[in-house]
Amino acid sequence: MSFELETATVASDNLRRVAIDPVSRVEGHGKVTILLDEHNKVHQVRLHIVEFRGFERFIQGRPYWEVPVMVQRLCGICPVSHHLAASKALDVIVGADRLTPTAEKMRRLMHYGQILQSHALHFFHLSSPDLLFGFDSEVSRRSIVGVAEKYPDIARKGILLRKYGQEVIRHTAGKRVHGTGSVPGGVNKSLSGAERAELLKDAYQMIAWSRDAVRIIKELHEQNPALYDSFGTFPSNFMGMVAPDGSLDLYHGVLRAKDAAGRILFDHVDYQTYDTLITEEVKPWSYMKFPYFTSMGPEQGWYKVGPLARVQNCDSIPTPFAEHERRELVAYAGGKPMHATLGFHWARMIEMLFAAETIKALLHDDDIEGTDLVVTGERRREGVGVIEAPRGTLFHHYQVGDDDLVTMANLIVSTTNNNQAMNSAVREVAKQYLDGKEITEGLLNHIEVAIRAYDPCLSCATHALGKMPLEVTLLDAEGQMLDRKYKS
Amino acid sequence: MTNSFLLDGEEVPFTPGQTVMQAASAAGKYIPHLCWHPDFAAHGSCKLCTVKIGGRFATACTTRAAAGQEVENGTEELIAKRRTLLQLLFVEGNHFCPSCEKSGNCVLQATAYEMGMLSPHFDHFYPDRAVDASHPDVLLDFNRCIMCELCVRASRDVDGKNVFALSGRGAKSHLIVNSESGRLADTDFAATDRAAEVCPVGVILRKRVGFAVPIGQRDYDAKPISQKAVEKLADSEKEAG
Repeated sequence: MSFELETATVASDNLRRVAIDPVSRVEGHGKVTILLDEHNKVHQVRLHIVEFRGFERFIQGRPYWEVPVMVQRLCGICPVSHHLAASKALDVIVGADRLTPTAEKMRRLMHYGQILQSHALHFFHLSSPDLLFGFDSEVSRRSIVGVAEKYPDIARKGILLRKYGQEVIRHTAGKRVHGTGSVPGGVNKSLSGAERAELLKDAYQMIAWSRDAVRIIKELHEQNPALYDSFGTFPSNFMGMVAPDGSLDLYHGVLRAKDAAGRILFDHVDYQTYDTLITEEVKPWSYMKFPYFTSMGPEQGWYKVGPLARVQNCDSIPTPFAEHERRELVAYAGGKPMHATLGFHWARMIEMLFAAETIKALLHDDDIEGTDLVVTGERRREGVGVIEAPRGTLFHHYQVGDDDLVTMANLIVSTTNNNQAMNSAVREVAKQYLDGKEITEGLLNHIEVAIRAYDPCLSCATHALGKMPLEVTLLDAEGQMLDRKYKS
Repeated sequence: MTNSFLLDGEEVPFTPGQTVMQAASAAGKYIPHLCWHPDFAAHGSCKLCTVKIGGRFATACTTRAAAGQEVENGTEELIAKRRTLLQLLFVEGNHFCPSCEKSGNCVLQATAYEMGMLSPHFDHFYPDRAVDASHPDVLLDFNRCIMCELCVRASRDVDGKNVFALSGRGAKSHLIVNSESGRLADTDFAATDRAAEVCPVGVILRKRVGFAVPIGQRDYDAKPISQKAVEKLADSEKEAG
């Protein structure tokens, strides 16, 4: 099936093609192509993912205990997500139905450290230049360096928030990037008293700075509601994991989905059965699959995941400051679900605050220094692990033979879940801002702003490692290059 | 003349019959090595312990110490040659340290760090080597074999089982399992065998151990192999009384 503006209805020979290749200030390598007629009317917009890696294949034949360390090499931004999702799937395989309190809390600490660092990286380093200077502001200022010059305090807080999250990961996983802390059935270390004290020293400062970050994005919404509420806005379903009591839990829980009006589609779903819920559609023009709820079909069943979905999917947030901010967002939206693309930033900062508060609470829990680290039970041949990664719901599914070697692996990564939503967002922005206008760099950046709001990790989504410079090529109807711009 | 020789200008005592490697190790001096192990007869195959004695190349593990020898060990020339030998080993097998559970405890990796190896330098062979997971307690990952034959010697000389052997010639040499099927499960190999814990790299692995030791507590996290190898030898001699 095809969505509006997915495929041009007039012969593409008569259209000119504008490419944003690669999209910048996102993780990984993707491009956007736009087909325009002689009046600059938009006929087709696609977000393409152009690389392919194939982790699912080369994991096969490896011993299962190697997988949590190997598979995290998918990504250098949030490897902890893959490390933990794989570990959770392998917990099922080794029969560890209930981890020790120390193991579960160490994993949670690692995960919330990652949420903190990844959300800080995205908001301050990648997106704040657009939000603080304007989408079509002078391109040379639109970077973290420009933010550091104009708003040094904001840039400094962003960098230090990320650094703190990385330190939490280092003390729980052994390294800032690509550690080994989580193993099937538990963890390989707990915190020492010195490590705990070092992290506690700055925990309250991180909460304060996270509250500041929520205030910044909230004020931007309030100052310019016309832009923030309508930019790339479109209705869709939401999906995410919640705790059994309906509160926000990014480490473990049950699957819940709501429709565009906020009505429950399914709830309390055990993620071991995910493959009965979701189908992945393949399209010939992208290496990234298009998942949808099987029962609703590809046209109606696609959905959003990630911060905006999670914050509105849950009934509450179990930390006080973040819960207060969730209520503010719900009140701003007027009791209906917020579908604004830029709302992702607001929800993301609420989650960063939740992560900072959760880290503080875990550091005050003595179990974090416990010595009972691993459990095992009855060996099984199949397991699914799901975690709410910074960018959304992440599925890892493995089958393991009696000889301990992996025989099947299937990963649905967060960004893949958002594939249709991101395509819808760029088409909406193209209609709103580009249709009938002379194309400029600033206008093209509007497309990228919509993609960035999802914080896509295209590396993970295609299992591909990408680079971040931007190349824009303008071709005429005969395919002759009219203009080309680079930025690094 | 006293029973001593000069190693990089420092006097090292020896007892008659000792090799240069044995005498140097006993004196707390590190000569890089992969196939040498104090508990087994010298093998002389990895060539990493190549030193210069009186201006001539010789393997320290097979050359008898003699009074008055002048032995070069830590020269830039020898380190460069050892680095090349290591690079050849790395490209000949499939050594993916980032996901290898032996990382941090691996003699090959630690020696490469010690010799300042920063890149493989040569094109990788990417050999196609299957994993043998047939045994209930031990996994064989042939991708990482450096053919030091320590497992061959341990199984033959200590365990009395002859489970392992090298087969093929030259570039086609490879480790095999001595059973009709070629599978470890069809031998009398046991996880308690000496051969099960002698592998310096990540070929012979106890199953379900994986990454149980956290980063920071692995053999070569805190100290380089030049220190650890000497300390390990001293500890084992102390244990032996």
